[in-house]
Amino acid sequence: MHELGITQNIVSIVAEHAKGRPVNRVVLEIGALSGIMTDAISFCFDVVAKGTPLEGATLEIRCIEARARCRSCGTEFVQEALFSPCPCGSHGVARLTGEELKIKEYELALASEAAPEHGLAAER
Amino acid sequence: MCESCGCSEGAKATVVNLMTGATTEIAHDDGAAGHHHHEHEHDHGDGHHHHHHHDHSHHGHGHTVELGRAILEKNNELAQRNRSWFQGREILALDFVSSPGAGKTTLLEHTIKERSAAHNFYVIEGDQATAKDGERIRAAGAPVVQINTGTGCHLDADMVSRAVKELKPATGSVLLIENVGNLVCPAMFDLGEQCKIVIFSVTEGEDKPLKYPHMFLAAELMIINKTDLLPHVDFDLAVATSYARDINPQIEVLTLSARTGEGVQAWHDWLETKCAAMKDTAFA
Repeated sequence: MHELGITQNIVSIVAEHAKGRPVNRVVLEIGALSGIMTDAISFCFDVVAKGTPLEGATLEIRCIEARARCRSCGTEFVQEALFSPCPCGSHGVARLTGEELKIKEYELALASEAAPEHGLAAER
Repeated sequence: MCESCGCSEGAKATVVNLMTGATTEIAHDDGAAGHHHHEHEHDHGDGHHHHHHHDHSHHGHGHTVELGRAILEKNNELAQRNRSWFQGREILALDFVSSPGAGKTTLLEHTIKERSAAHNFYVIEGDQATAKDGERIRAAGAPVVQINTGTGCHLDADMVSRAVKELKPATGSVLLIENVGNLVCPAMFDLGEQCKIVIFSVTEGEDKPLKYPHMFLAAELMIINKTDLLPHVDFDLAVATSYARDINPQIEVLTLSARTGEGVQAWHDWLETKCAAMKDTAFA
């Protein structure tokens, strides 16, 4: 539901950082328990990217497994759901990974005048 | 476009000051991104690397730029700015979330009517459309700004900061933010509130915390509303509370009926405690 707004954030952060240069790939890291439907992000991405430097870019989503550490027994385990208890039965757990919602990297297209060397040389 | 809630591009959110009628539009794609913050984060593709953490590698057909930025970073920064603004003015900001029809507006109306001698209330009303809830709040006697999110399914920190600019809550007041009725999306968006309060009514079924865990995890207080209807529905208070605590062991729980007033004293006491704590932590 909120994936459209999330996708708009992704496109605006990358477009701003790329300073208008065309982008051909964006890599996201999305935790399994982040509350985001990755399919919906992919679905929104093309529409939102239209008319921006990200138009036509491919979107790669890397899912991050959710891991947690139990506060009672110290065991580290894979958490299947947001409220899954530790195998020892305790619900007091600290999440280590799985809530990521990050843009890991993006790739600039190396079209002649859009080459980053030129683009940045002009800026300096 | 968003398949679930039908969000579409170009939709505009509006902020309406119900005291003056002044209306401001917020472009959807402007949103939280409207505030450009220029960090000293420049990529130097020419090999003149500074201390920046950017990792430039050349592979495939492009030039990879390491970004490592949180997608909700802008919202979170704005939320933090709102939070500091509230703290400096000893304003207790509470974000009320629930599914539609759980009784958020009714609880706010009663709270304003019964507690305005003790507290100075201000309200931000969030709905997709109409100023109906805002009008109810105004009739109850509190200054109110209505935000219509258009096709948006939640409030964000930028909308709240714009609404606050219109509302101008006084030092030491209580700001009640009624989020859009939705148990999914508002969980992810920090508005700068002191805490989120989830309202859950006995007509909804005890398993709601299990179905919408993110919201119950984000909330500090769960209010089970409409207890006057308990004789007519199959709702087990103990089961609902235990489900909520499975998700969030720290969550506080109050049960009340905003309509009849049953149990509201505990809510008033909770509010009192929070206000006192706010005044202790503020540095103004």
